[in-house]
Amino acid sequence: MKIVEIKNLTVEYPGVRALDNVSFSIEQNDFLGIIGPNGAGKSTLFSCMLGLNTQYSGSIHFFGEDIRVAKKYLGDVGYVPQKPVFEKNFPATVREVVRMGLRRNGNEKRVDEVLQDVWIHELSHKRIGELSVGQQQRVFIAKALVGDPKILILDEPVTGIDAQSTELFYGILCELNKKQNITIIWASHDLDAVNKLANKVACLDRILFFHGVSDEFFSNEELVKKYSESSMQKHMHNHVES
Amino acid sequence: MTLEIFSYGFMQRALVSGIAIALLCSVVGLFLVLRRYSLFGDAVAHSAFGGIAAGLLIGIYPMWTAYVVSLVSALVITRIKHKFDISGEASVAILLSSGIAVGLILISLSGGFNVDILSFLFGSILLVSVEDTVLILGLTGVILIIILLLYRELIYSTFNEEQAKVSGVPVEKINYLIVFIAGITVVTSIQLVGILLISALFVIPNVTAIMYGRSFKQTALLSIAFAVSSVIVGILISYLFNITPSGAIVMLSIAIFAATISLKSMGLIESSKMRVKKLFLSNHFV
Repeated sequence: MKIVEIKNLTVEYPGVRALDNVSFSIEQNDFLGIIGPNGAGKSTLFSCMLGLNTQYSGSIHFFGEDIRVAKKYLGDVGYVPQKPVFEKNFPATVREVVRMGLRRNGNEKRVDEVLQDVWIHELSHKRIGELSVGQQQRVFIAKALVGDPKILILDEPVTGIDAQSTELFYGILCELNKKQNITIIWASHDLDAVNKLANKVACLDRILFFHGVSDEFFSNEELVKKYSESSMQKHMHNHVES
Repeated sequence: MTLEIFSYGFMQRALVSGIAIALLCSVVGLFLVLRRYSLFGDAVAHSAFGGIAAGLLIGIYPMWTAYVVSLVSALVITRIKHKFDISGEASVAILLSSGIAVGLILISLSGGFNVDILSFLFGSILLVSVEDTVLILGLTGVILIIILLLYRELIYSTFNEEQAKVSGVPVEKINYLIVFIAGITVVTSIQLVGILLISALFVIPNVTAIMYGRSFKQTALLSIAFAVSSVIVGILISYLFNITPSGAIVMLSIAIFAATISLKSMGLIESSKMRVKKLFLSNHFV
């Protein structure tokens, strides 16, 4: 069953076409890895899907409804940003931050459950700014989960996190997808991790040049090589420009 | 002598009004400080100066014109800030200077400074009437109820606007609400500390409380405690030593702040780094 459908999505910034006629759909319980080099349009795609950017042509449907018309879908979507951005000295405990994601009349017990799910319950009374980036990202996952979302969108969530925390993080994502049947849409640079975790892959570089089953992408050496070269070229280009 | 103070009607009104204003300023101020909007109170108060001058010139109760002018200018400047992407500090500077400029022109048209305008500049809590006290209590009650009802939306949009928006919080409306509430709070507080010292009441107790508080609720309660104690002791000291209440109240807030940073520099208040270190040790070696 299709729960997200993107048709002919095009986003233009002054002088740049960030996304060009992108179309694909996401099925219930998919674990979709979105890969692409820096500047490929992954974050732009997410900002459109989350209703933060409405300056696009084409259409995005969540649960069969156009998100330009119906905003209710946001209640079923959890979002984890690339980096947990907040005022460093913000006086809020881990529990208070997670509670922010609780729906009106939501059950307080749910806060404890999600804190347990992401292995952060022991830190629930700590001030958020005192935690490591990896721990903060787990708090942000808990905040996204406390509203019982059907879809979890993650924008390169392990950037700047150490290897051990990254492994733990991936383990949590797998469990959420397999045991709690949460559809996961996850942007990542880590091809190995996408190969290991995702059942579907969308390869983006302003245009969508692959969308399909993960095995199909990773067993096609030409596709992987093409992606790696494009990614490397972008990286080198950015490096030279900077 | 000390107990006798409390039998005077003007002192009872001053204390009741002062406590209500302190409560309001610390709660509303916490949201402003955390949004890096600390000087917003100052800017609204200065635009209230223009409103007060207009009221005195045309013979209307100056507080009413102050409410109208402050709220309109605060909402207009917020709209301009969002629409033209002007930084918070620049918009505060525009609001602040335009309020003073309008006020000065109106005062010069009305024949110069007088006692009335000075009482608004420096506060006159010992002169509040029964009607003023009722108005202050009413506004405090209404604003606190609004904050309690929209607590999640207010704290979430203060913590991270983008995340709040994605979670369905109507962030733009909440931002206007904060500006509106802050505008009312500022004008209401003018009677306690005056236009010139208003931001002290919004900022100092909150900055002090943030150094102690671990949670948002704890920080808000500490801020209220610091503000209310400064107001009560400040009013009593001002009466006993015949000094201006506004000056005494703000100096007490500053004294609490100074004591806090002294304690912190002596290591008697845990810094974030120390807390992390303890957390690490307890996780790995206990």
